[in-house]
Amino acid sequence: MNTAAVSHAPENSEPTSADGPASRRIIVGYGFWIFLLSDIIMFSAFFAAYAVLNGATNGGPGPAQLFDTNSVAIETACLLASSFACGMASLAVAEQNQRWTQLSLLATGLLGAAFLGLELKEFSSLVGRGAGPTHSAFLSSFFTLVGCHGAHITAGLLWLGTMMAQFYAKGFRENIQHRFACFSLFWHALDIIWIAIFSLVYLNGTRV
Amino acid sequence: MFGKLTWDAIPLDQPIPLGASALVALVMIGVLAWVFLKGYVPYLWREWITSVDHKRIGVMYCILALVMLLRGFIDALMMRSQQALAFHGPGYLPPEHYDQIFSAHGTIMIFFVAMPFVIGLMNFVVPLQLGVRDVAFPTLNSVSFWLTASGSFLVTISLVVGEFARTGWLAYPPLSELTYSPGVGVDYYLWALEISGIGTLMAGINMATTILKLRAPGLTYNRMPVFCWTSLASNLLIVAAFPILTAVLAMLLLDRYCDFHFFTNEAGGNPMMFVNLIWAWGHPEVYILILPAFGVYSEVISTFSGKPLFGYRSMVAATMAICILSFTVWLHHFFTMGAGGDVNGVFGILSMVIAVPTGVKIFNWLFTMYGGRVRFTTAMCWSVGFMVTFVIGGMTGVLMAIPPADFVLHNSLFLVAHFHNVIIGGVLFGAFAGYNYWFPKAFGFTLDERVGKASFWFWFVGFWVTFVPLYMLGLMGMTRRMQHYDRPEWYPWTLISMVGALLILTGIILQVVQLFVSIRTRDRRREPTGDPWDGRTLEWATPSPPPVFNFAVYPNVSGEEPYWGMKQKARESLQMSEEPKYTAIEIPRNTPTGFVTAFFAVVTGFALIWHIWWLVIVGLVGAYATFVVFAWRDVSETEIPAAEVAKIDRANRAARNAELIALQRKVPA
Repeated sequence: MNTAAVSHAPENSEPTSADGPASRRIIVGYGFWIFLLSDIIMFSAFFAAYAVLNGATNGGPGPAQLFDTNSVAIETACLLASSFACGMASLAVAEQNQRWTQLSLLATGLLGAAFLGLELKEFSSLVGRGAGPTHSAFLSSFFTLVGCHGAHITAGLLWLGTMMAQFYAKGFRENIQHRFACFSLFWHALDIIWIAIFSLVYLNGTRV
Repeated sequence: MFGKLTWDAIPLDQPIPLGASALVALVMIGVLAWVFLKGYVPYLWREWITSVDHKRIGVMYCILALVMLLRGFIDALMMRSQQALAFHGPGYLPPEHYDQIFSAHGTIMIFFVAMPFVIGLMNFVVPLQLGVRDVAFPTLNSVSFWLTASGSFLVTISLVVGEFARTGWLAYPPLSELTYSPGVGVDYYLWALEISGIGTLMAGINMATTILKLRAPGLTYNRMPVFCWTSLASNLLIVAAFPILTAVLAMLLLDRYCDFHFFTNEAGGNPMMFVNLIWAWGHPEVYILILPAFGVYSEVISTFSGKPLFGYRSMVAATMAICILSFTVWLHHFFTMGAGGDVNGVFGILSMVIAVPTGVKIFNWLFTMYGGRVRFTTAMCWSVGFMVTFVIGGMTGVLMAIPPADFVLHNSLFLVAHFHNVIIGGVLFGAFAGYNYWFPKAFGFTLDERVGKASFWFWFVGFWVTFVPLYMLGLMGMTRRMQHYDRPEWYPWTLISMVGALLILTGIILQVVQLFVSIRTRDRRREPTGDPWDGRTLEWATPSPPPVFNFAVYPNVSGEEPYWGMKQKARESLQMSEEPKYTAIEIPRNTPTGFVTAFFAVVTGFALIWHIWWLVIVGLVGAYATFVVFAWRDVSETEIPAAEVAKIDRANRAARNAELIALQRKVPA
């Protein structure tokens, strides 16, 4: 082991990119990371639009009158717990334990669905109070930014369902494990975006 | 049942659009009938439509670009002839039709000609130059191509069913909002670009991963051919810029479909935010197009000067500098917005700064030619023609980067002449150089040089005859997108410009002739060694056309210009390298996933444009089902046995050995 490592990387060696094509696991993960970066750039455009239109309330209610931080705190807790469950699923997949994989993925999905339900409840209550997305540019950008994250969660739940079915029907095949690694990256990246939404939209909007 | 779609959508009362759409429909049906009657359908399905081979997909991208070039050029001819006729009169195109034509021309030329052409060249060449067997994600590659094709198909449908946008190629609001553009034209534009944009983004992710993670052993970053470097820069820009396009078009869609207020005049919307966001994508986009073309010139000029590229490292540094600077200049597209002198000044200076690395490149190409044995092939003609043309286009650009000058020239024909000068003279000339240079690699026979050069000269002269008048007209105050005018001093220039367009038309016809003649005489033009130009990079180490696995064994790279090094060694010792030990190769299996995805994308897009909501659901469910079916497949690769690999490689080695023996005869012992 030791000698192999030494012979592999002698002093003044070429960079490791000289070793030829990377393994499938690296390529899949790397490509998915690049996709996530592009996705985050898309969100940054929606964040920019929200920042520009933040004050354009068209004489209607602004962030301070609309947001209920308690409900958002519960949403955040659900989402973070969902990511924790997803982390547990990663461990179970590494152990190739079907029962714990399915259970933790189920928990991931249920918590994600709870998040989505709370978000939809918030949206419908806003629309019910006459503060729907068509009312002002500020509300358009708010619904789009937060709704885009919600749409990602929805797509993630569909993906999660197919991952559970794949593990169940096909077992822990290597390419399915690679896909699951991508799903797990996706799910955690949505947390990062949510933290930005939580801070910039909700906390910033309701600060006194 | 069919939403907004009724028989009124077909322009039965307008002879010109009806004639054009009838012609397009006839050509499409004709081609389909010919393919069907000749029994080519199974072959096309097996070998091309379902192919996940990067070479096949690259070729299909280029074919798409060439076909759409014809469509976009017909629009250009109509615009030039309209302006030539519309002095003191209405011309022959009514305003609402003329507006669709210039919008379609710009949209098609950028998104469905320039983009597929450069992506096609990168797709075909980059894995070969990297010495590997495919891109990182072969099936995704096929999906990307077919999504791009879906977008161009939707634009083509708009010719027959409904209308296209009348808003210009970037569809600025508030004009593109529902209030002022209630028809389906803008919706065609938006959904076509959303669909093809996602395809482009996937292609960018794929190619960036390929270049960063899949290279032959020993091919470190500082040994990568410059075309790979410029492709890397271009694809990183795709990854960073196209999501902005997706987002901003989605906002406009929400405005139009759900009564949101991002860019409306009412309820606090901000139309200038659209202009800012679209150019935050749009300016990197021009470098996404031009950087791969710079790579093509680097390869062509080095090969045909018989010298390594001058200043390889400065070329790489210049490429990456452009990659970063391209994100810092977007505001120069709208100095007239009124951001104030300080902001305009900063963006003006940055726009001039970006000319510096470009200038470095021009000098590198000139010094590569200096002292070399220059062979003026067709590809080289396009490259030299580019250097002359692009430098002038670049200088008019630097001129307009000065905000006070831009206030005078903004939205004038001077601007139109400038960006055609850099996009035709830069991107299109580069694509044509690459097409002539790599065609023998893709098909195993060379293109006709005589007709090729004739087409170059018609294009080159035609370009200047068309666009110098537009520079003049711009300086005389003629704005862009004019349907008619009454200034007598403009009239002669529009006539000259029309003549130039006819010269370009001759150039295009000659290109078609070149392809036709070359195919007819292909048996005389075959090139058995796979290295017709005495090339320097790894793609020339493969047979032409390369086998599906590209390389029988991974080449071992030990320096810059790896293939040139191997070749020189063989020439000096007058001996081939030793035969490698062949092993079986696993290649990805073909799959119709890309084609099926595109089918559902077209269905969904069309249904959204015409508000046929049940069909939208059908399309989306179909797309999801495609995804699940693909995820469910059990066998994703097939194996090519070692004997087969050996047979293919030995045939090529024999051809190369024959060449070597011929060389041996010339050298006295």
